[in-house]
Amino acid sequence: MSAEQPILEVTDLVVEHGTGRRRKRAVDGVSFEIPTGTTLGLVGESGSGKTTTGMAILGMLPMSGGRVLFEGRDITRMPRRERCALGSQRQVIFQDPYSSLDPSKTIGYTLAEPCRVAPREHRMTTAAIADRSAMLLQRVGLSPDAARRYPAQFSGGQRQRIAIARSLMLSPRLIVCDEPVSALDLSVQAEVLNLLSELQQDLGLSLLFISHDLSVVRHISHAIVVLQGGRIVEKGSADQVYERPRERYTQTLLAAAPVPDPAEQRARREERQRRRIEERQQ
Amino acid sequence: MNRSNGSRAMSAGLVRRVLRKPLGVVSGVVLILIVGASFAGQWIAPHDPLAQNLRIVRQGPSVAHLLGTDSLGRDVLSRLLFGGQESLSGVVVAVVAMLIIAIPLGILAGYVGGLLDRVILRVVDVLLSIPGTIITLAVLAIFNNNMFVAMVSVGVLASGAFIRVFRSAALSVRQELYIGAARVSGLSRVRIMANHVLPQIRGVLLVQVTLFSAATLGIQTGLAFLAFGPPPPSPTWGGMVAEAATIIQIDPWLLVPTGGVIALTTLALCLLGDAVRDANQERFTLAGLEGKPSAPQAGKSQVHTTGADRDDEARMAVTPGALLSVRGLTVGFGAEGRETTAIQRVDFDIHPGEVVGLVGESGSGKTVTALALLGLLGANGRVTGGSIRLSGEELVGMPHARLREVRGARIAMISQEPMVALDPSFRVGSQIAEAVRAHDRVSRADARARCEELLAAVRLDPAIARRYPHEISGGMAQRVAIAMALAGRPELLIADEPTTALDVTVQADILDLLRTVQEETQMAVILVSHDWGVVADLCSRAIVMYAGEVVERARVADVFAAPRHPYTTALLRSNPHGAEPGKPLPTIGGSVPAPQEWPVGCHFAARCPLATEACRVAPIDIVHLEGDRASRCIHIDELAEVRA
Amino acid sequence: MVRLIVNRLLLSIVLIVISSIAIFLLMSLVPGDPARTILGANATPDSIARLRDQLGLDQPLLIQYGTWLGGVLHGDFGTSVFSGDPVETLILARVPVTLSLILLSTLVVAVIGTGLGLLSAVRGGVLGKFLDAISLVGLALPSYWVAILFVALFAVAIRIFPATGYTSLLQDPGRWLLSLVLPVAALSLGGVTIVAKQMRDSAMDVLARDYIRVLRATGIRERSIVLKHVLRNAALPSLTILGITVVGALTGAVFVENVFVLPGLGTLVTQATMSHDLPVVLGVGVYFTLFVIIVNLIIDLLYGVLNPKVRVP
Repeated sequence: MSAEQPILEVTDLVVEHGTGRRRKRAVDGVSFEIPTGTTLGLVGESGSGKTTTGMAILGMLPMSGGRVLFEGRDITRMPRRERCALGSQRQVIFQDPYSSLDPSKTIGYTLAEPCRVAPREHRMTTAAIADRSAMLLQRVGLSPDAARRYPAQFSGGQRQRIAIARSLMLSPRLIVCDEPVSALDLSVQAEVLNLLSELQQDLGLSLLFISHDLSVVRHISHAIVVLQGGRIVEKGSADQVYERPRERYTQTLLAAAPVPDPAEQRARREERQRRRIEERQQ
Repeated sequence: MNRSNGSRAMSAGLVRRVLRKPLGVVSGVVLILIVGASFAGQWIAPHDPLAQNLRIVRQGPSVAHLLGTDSLGRDVLSRLLFGGQESLSGVVVAVVAMLIIAIPLGILAGYVGGLLDRVILRVVDVLLSIPGTIITLAVLAIFNNNMFVAMVSVGVLASGAFIRVFRSAALSVRQELYIGAARVSGLSRVRIMANHVLPQIRGVLLVQVTLFSAATLGIQTGLAFLAFGPPPPSPTWGGMVAEAATIIQIDPWLLVPTGGVIALTTLALCLLGDAVRDANQERFTLAGLEGKPSAPQAGKSQVHTTGADRDDEARMAVTPGALLSVRGLTVGFGAEGRETTAIQRVDFDIHPGEVVGLVGESGSGKTVTALALLGLLGANGRVTGGSIRLSGEELVGMPHARLREVRGARIAMISQEPMVALDPSFRVGSQIAEAVRAHDRVSRADARARCEELLAAVRLDPAIARRYPHEISGGMAQRVAIAMALAGRPELLIADEPTTALDVTVQADILDLLRTVQEETQMAVILVSHDWGVVADLCSRAIVMYAGEVVERARVADVFAAPRHPYTTALLRSNPHGAEPGKPLPTIGGSVPAPQEWPVGCHFAARCPLATEACRVAPIDIVHLEGDRASRCIHIDELAEVRA
Repeated sequence: MVRLIVNRLLLSIVLIVISSIAIFLLMSLVPGDPARTILGANATPDSIARLRDQLGLDQPLLIQYGTWLGGVLHGDFGTSVFSGDPVETLILARVPVTLSLILLSTLVVAVIGTGLGLLSAVRGGVLGKFLDAISLVGLALPSYWVAILFVALFAVAIRIFPATGYTSLLQDPGRWLLSLVLPVAALSLGGVTIVAKQMRDSAMDVLARDYIRVLRATGIRERSIVLKHVLRNAALPSLTILGITVVGALTGAVFVENVFVLPGLGTLVTQATMSHDLPVVLGVGVYFTLFVIIVNLIIDLLYGVLNPKVRVP
């Protein structure tokens, strides 16, 4: 993380929901950067604005203020055509593996779709698309003949692998992962997390990893940003935020997450109760 | 969840699915026959529809006149065939007019939304308020009984209702995540609407088309019946009913073929609509697959092996002092006698005042076990073996009325999604009071007082009682659910993933509350969970389930310190907590087998590093170990070595 | 809630204006000269011109509409071109017939439809199958044909009910009811089956919800679960369908009134259309629109009462 340009630089991002008097700031002055090839974990509870931030970066929600630089270029003030071309550079993986694939389309169709909208000069031939689909399906641990089947025939973990394969079709530089493992079982979660880390190392991907689960974020991220009510509470290296949280809210969040260790969990619980009493006294 | 074996069935299109339904086929064939015969009327009609023969008026069916003759001696069958052209093409005109307006506007309104949506909805309001009959009658008057124009106006006027239907279909598709993924890829709106939204609403569309056709046929023939439409000598279905009605007192027979053909066509359309609707629902779900008789053998044969097991008197013995004793519990889903086993040979005890975690991943059968305890498996599921004894009293096979007295009063339940666990139509207080009055015969005032008491017990402001479920947060809703569960002062509380849907800080509060309430009431708790952290927090013992079986039972401290089943070991290791960041997490490999694919031997054998031939040949029994532990594994010693 | 009502009422005025313009424009397109129609073939050109002037037919369309609207605001719907009677008199004389028909039919549809639907959702099995069969027949048979069949069966074959005609409620309540049994039955059949079907679907849906399971787990009696919780929650979607059936009953009433020769708005508008009697068609159109709007308003209000999410701001 030297003088090299970060892949994503977000400055004072503001996103508002609703119109008129009902206008509400969902994201309020959020700034962070993702150094190329690293993972940034975005942690928060519901209503913290973590998903909204991700969607705004992907251009799926309008921004009310701030700047988003993608590889040094300001995508907020970019002409539509150019921004479209950027679609191939940024991709997304969603939480729910059941609704993130169109049930009426074969896996092959779903994988090929992103390639069909590429600008004419870069468009791949049908054969090239099929080759790439087969290659990526194998890369994510599925058999290439999965392309002929439908989403309903796959388990949650397998679907998430397919969603990952789809996001890789256009060789993106940045993938926004919106709670990619929170709907999965523990053992499946481990597999998907491993796959994401592997892919990151092999392909030099940068990830924005959105999750409510601190231990998952801690495991996969290099740096962590903690959000509450649309604002950044704390940011720092994963190690610092998880092991030595500075802010009170981060500490509360950590103390609240139950850990699979009865002794440690008892300590956390007592810590939590001590804090609560403290707060009451204040 | 893994159903990779059903590829043929899933790739079948909507049409093929409809063709698999007998009613769909029959109604389709009937429709094709009626439509085909009508439009081939010129060639196949036995007589001239206009040829009168006053010597054979009002004759019943005969060889020469299959459906008889009317009051002018004309052949009824021939007239019906020719009349059909006019009625059916009228229906087609109306349907086409409706679709041309409703599809684009409905999809636009639903998918694009915003101002466009509001404008379109206003137009729909207008369309729905205009008296359609009068406009249609007016149109008939203007265009000199021109049925074509009248049917166009019927289609246009009806489009309002269908815009709404297509809009809501498109609206629900819009929220799907794959639409989001397509947008990120840079697909244009038009393309998304054409490629993803339209195919999704195709099923809805077909259903609506058939139903609208049926309704339109009624209107078309009705208008002809009122003598709008082509003037008398030319045959129309409605007109023929009218002619039959005039001579109803002399010869009621004519009413039969004329009304019959209309009824038959409408019936066929409605049935086809039903078949399409069912086929469409099946298409993207697995419902169509699960009925397949091929798979369940493996699961079934096991029920018999467990039968042999169950004779083991020692195993069936109830532990003295236990509050709940579950022995050999086996539950099946599906048609009676052909059940697919969901859990089998489940044994455990719960002692009074004890908090026990029932842990497992999806497909382990933990929730099925919990529901079986309350007799709430639903119409499709039943206990096919084993026993559940509450303080020695058998719950399996207990009559409904007595079981109801157990529920809530002795065993209570709170469920996973607090927001959907409360009836949205009633105030929180009234639901708690209802729970109170289900157990105690108390006055309304007393019930209200008890309700406040319960709200205080779950640390809620009594003012919450006046709120509706949608006005409170998820954490509050779960507290209310706990209050309802406490209303009957149960000895055992089954908490099915009580905090899974909540934020971590709220989860911590609910866990603390459960602990406090448990300490105050001294009831026993079964905590069903997939989260080892939650189990570590609250439970003193854990029961681990995998693929429908209990694989391990132990005190919580022992499970975490030294699991005695390869599955528990592997599962605990795959938790990112405590794993070294940046290093790959240990994984199990493979996936949980579906009930149909359960092997005869150990269910975990296919994924287990320690599995040997002995694991695969016969069912593995649970082994009792030191320190009140038990494990369903024959390689426990090696497991200890691997860990060391 | 108050805002909802005010909004609805404002919208209603707009709707009435729009739909009356639509009817007006359409009827002005009717070929032929109303004055000639009224006076008959033997009229002199002079008298036709005089009548045209009298009816305002020489004025531009917009003025004609304005004059008509001005009249309506004062409760004056003009005079029937055909009979020369004031339109309000013609309509008001016939409103009670159509209204009795539709209100009774709504009652039948709501009570029987809801009951059957709920019953078959809870009991399922044979009753469910039976209901499916009945509802198909109910849907398949056009109401006018059912009406004729009823006449043939109950009025001609077994003479229980009068075949045709209408007795006023004030004149003889018993005969009034008797004269309406067959028409109401014919008109309700389709609606009952549609509402029953919807009720069954939504009751099944509610029965599968988590809160029903929770109520059972709490030990609440099945009877009170069904009659209180299932009925209340399943009523919402059924209410929408009931609204649609009531509005649809207007069309059905036109056919049924014609079969039973009831002196209602349906027969009036049919005759008026055949004789190109614009003011009458317009007048009935306004009444029908008003009816649709009132029904929708009532449904919205009921919806608000049943659904707390709408009720509370």
